[in-house]
Amino acid sequence: MSSNQYEAVIGIETHIQLKTKSKIFCADATNFEASDNENASAISAGMPGTLPVLNKEVVEMAIRTGLALNCHIRKDSVFSRKNYFYPDLPKGYQISQYDKPICENGFVEIWLNGKHQKVSITRAHLEEDAGKSTHFGDYTLINLNRAGVPLLEVVSGPDMHTAQEAAEYGRTIRQIVRYLDVCDGNLEEGSLRCDVNISVRKKGQQTLGTKVEIKNINSFRFIEKAVEYEFERQVDAVESGQKIIQETRLYDPDKNRTFSMRTKEDAEDYRYFPDPDLLPVILTDEKISSHKKNLPEMPSVKMQRFMSQLELGESDALFLTSEKNIADYFENVFLESNNAKSSANWVTTELMRELNSRNVKIEDSPVEAKRLGQLIQLIDKKTISGKIAKTLLIEMWTNSKGPEEIAKEKNLTALNDSSQVEKIVQQVIDDNPDQAAEYRSGKTKIIGFFVGAVMKASRGQAQPDLVNQLLLEKLKGP
Amino acid sequence: MDPLKLSLFELNKAVQQKKISCLELTEFFLKRIEKLNPQLNAYLAMNLKAKEQAKELDQKDLSQFKLAGLPMGIKDMLCTKDLKTTAASKILENFIPPYDATLVKKLKKQGVVILGKLNQDEFAMGSSNENSYFGAVKNPWNLEFVPGGSSGGSAAAQSAKLAAATIGTDTGGSIRQPASFCGVVGLKPTYGRVSRYGIIAFASSLDQAGPLTANIEDAALMLEVIAGHDPMDATTSQKKVPEFSKNLTRDIKGLKVGILAEALQGGLHPDVEKSLQSGIEALKKEGAEIFEVSLPLLKHSISVYYLIAASEASSNLARYDGVRFGYRAPMNESGSTLDEFYSKTRGQGFGKEVKRRIMMGTYCLSSGYIQAYYEKACRVRRLVLNQYNEAFKKCDVILSPVSANPAFKIEEKISDPLQMYLNDLFTTSTNLAGLPGLSVPFSLSQNKLPIGLQLTAKAFDEQTLLNVGLALERNSLVKTENPHVI
Repeated sequence: MSSNQYEAVIGIETHIQLKTKSKIFCADATNFEASDNENASAISAGMPGTLPVLNKEVVEMAIRTGLALNCHIRKDSVFSRKNYFYPDLPKGYQISQYDKPICENGFVEIWLNGKHQKVSITRAHLEEDAGKSTHFGDYTLINLNRAGVPLLEVVSGPDMHTAQEAAEYGRTIRQIVRYLDVCDGNLEEGSLRCDVNISVRKKGQQTLGTKVEIKNINSFRFIEKAVEYEFERQVDAVESGQKIIQETRLYDPDKNRTFSMRTKEDAEDYRYFPDPDLLPVILTDEKISSHKKNLPEMPSVKMQRFMSQLELGESDALFLTSEKNIADYFENVFLESNNAKSSANWVTTELMRELNSRNVKIEDSPVEAKRLGQLIQLIDKKTISGKIAKTLLIEMWTNSKGPEEIAKEKNLTALNDSSQVEKIVQQVIDDNPDQAAEYRSGKTKIIGFFVGAVMKASRGQAQPDLVNQLLLEKLKGP
Repeated sequence: MDPLKLSLFELNKAVQQKKISCLELTEFFLKRIEKLNPQLNAYLAMNLKAKEQAKELDQKDLSQFKLAGLPMGIKDMLCTKDLKTTAASKILENFIPPYDATLVKKLKKQGVVILGKLNQDEFAMGSSNENSYFGAVKNPWNLEFVPGGSSGGSAAAQSAKLAAATIGTDTGGSIRQPASFCGVVGLKPTYGRVSRYGIIAFASSLDQAGPLTANIEDAALMLEVIAGHDPMDATTSQKKVPEFSKNLTRDIKGLKVGILAEALQGGLHPDVEKSLQSGIEALKKEGAEIFEVSLPLLKHSISVYYLIAASEASSNLARYDGVRFGYRAPMNESGSTLDEFYSKTRGQGFGKEVKRRIMMGTYCLSSGYIQAYYEKACRVRRLVLNQYNEAFKKCDVILSPVSANPAFKIEEKISDPLQMYLNDLFTTSTNLAGLPGLSVPFSLSQNKLPIGLQLTAKAFDEQTLLNVGLALERNSLVKTENPHVI
């Protein structure tokens, strides 16, 4: 029996590190580059007598994220203690949310195979991160800078069935939190962490198989590969009559395989109970709806709008909405140029090429959206040719003046004066009598040769339309 | 001038008028401690900078202070910057906090000189002060008797006048019961009135710190200094703190005093019963309206209290793991596991009673048991509060004994934890409901041990509590007597 008679059932837990300046329950800073234990006050270290006080900004970010994930926002969420011993967990418990999480019952739309597809969100709850242990042979060092950094854990439903869906789900979550500016989405630094739960079952079967958790996969491509590998591994195991063990596995990208980290046989009892040091988080309808009003347009909505209203193609719309900064830039270009198609083309090709080759982010582009829009306008007004526009774009990188001004200064405006162009056209025909004869004998395709020659002679400044028109007239001959 | 005869208000005035310097006052109490503490074991660690700090205060303008240069002792549950804070546990034997509890900060801001740290039951778990890693505290009225607990050191030190006032903590009666046993005033404020920041947590939803003082007026003054919202403690109230000492009045004519019916139904030590009866008579004489109120759930309050307190404690005490501070068991064998590290450290660091409660609490919160124990206890706790609310529709304060018996002998109950837990019968329900409670020394037992009466009021109505306390105090038979050691 082969693996295509099986399907995977996949759910993903995503830990989103919220981009606050201070920690969730104390004033310690959250900066990633701080030296060891620099951001570990008595409170972060869980010293006797210290108490947590909730950072309000964390709640705001959780509400915004929950709303963007189409969740119901609880008006009375509760922080609970998750009790377990580990050296980098200073208090011996993690403050988290258990039976009353701040966000519940939402969904995201992921774009796959040319259409949007819904993945349900079971819940999203706030919690504090633990510290970091680094093991050295017979001793371990603990850095508590991360202890108390705010996390929003988003739990998807077991709705996904393919590696592509899983990876796309991860990308979409990242895209959304970056749109909201609540997380920088950096998988390598761990500010976004995905744990993938996967089980297999025969297609058509309703019950779920035993699930395996794959932890800390640090790229979306690896999610895809890890799921592919794990699916095959589990199908092979089931096929050969083995039992799937409930366990946590890690993905090794070098070997492209997963391996067991720990089994969950001795499942820990976390003894959750409401944290008596913290009050329930009480929210009003007004507060929730004011957050809702202030949400930015979400990428899936934006993409649909770009396709329907601006008539952009799928791939352009997908790319332009991939990051909020790109979408914002594009919309500003369009605002100036009033030409969506051209704006999309220029942003996705010419501009991105220049940005990538210089390793510059779009929000730092020295050619601002407005000037790129003006440049496109110049083409549309036939003041310059597309070719000149490309030259101008490079010029604009180091020159902050408007494109029209630069074009004038550098004498790069198109030759719209027909008498001047006419002279060049005549000159080119006179210089190439053989080719002119060929044309006249019916080989009209050779006109391309003349266009090229005229453009060359005019250093690209002649308007192609005008050149064509004049060549047709003159080549007809006497 | 005899500092022992002056109230805090008068002492403050004397210092401000330079009739006595902060240094003289500090030295006065240090001498008493030197003389009497070896018998009592009330102080665990002395503040070696006390004199220096008193001298500094003498250089300052003290006119704005409420407690200028007044020397006080602090229960060892409260963190004191640069001064050893152990919770009377081996596991914190050498812990020196890098910060002051908010309460300690507030005292210092009013000119208080910290003399030292006071003995207690380990992590405030106990009713006799016999659970201290550093040895039992003796009752100053009779050294063969316990001072009560867990704030036994605070009560004994106040009773023997080894401080102008002391601070204790009360999770289930830990201020009121030792105050009663030692013949001093003990006030447990409303939950949320006083910041818990920097106070070593036992049971977070029940813990509250408060003063043990020579009289009601001192307690009122202390409360107004230590109370108030603290941005470092999310459970503190935003309510304005009244000037309790200024508003104090013993005119209680027409005030409705409910007598706890359950206390009148037997089970009290005859001396305590007599004390309660004469308390009722005294309040009648002062013009209060007296009638019985019943709290039928009182009989469940000890079970509810121990389930909740132990559950919270099992989590609160998880941080004592030997990793970042405190005692760490020596690990000589190679290849020992993390679990061994924890169990050795905690096994050796915690005392018997603390371990008993951690295990009890862990069990109560465990999967499969939490509904039957912790969650059910929380539901009954709400019913207890409802019952109080009903009672306070009829009366302004409730009068009851603090404890069913006067102080008992050292080692009398230590081997029977259940008997020991029953000590808290009349005090735990106040904590469960978050209400303020006051213990007023009122009479003496046949063998000359003090007996206190307890008053309970509505949440944040400490003023009424103190006013009725003042009326009781006027009729108290304790104030003319002195503890044996004095």
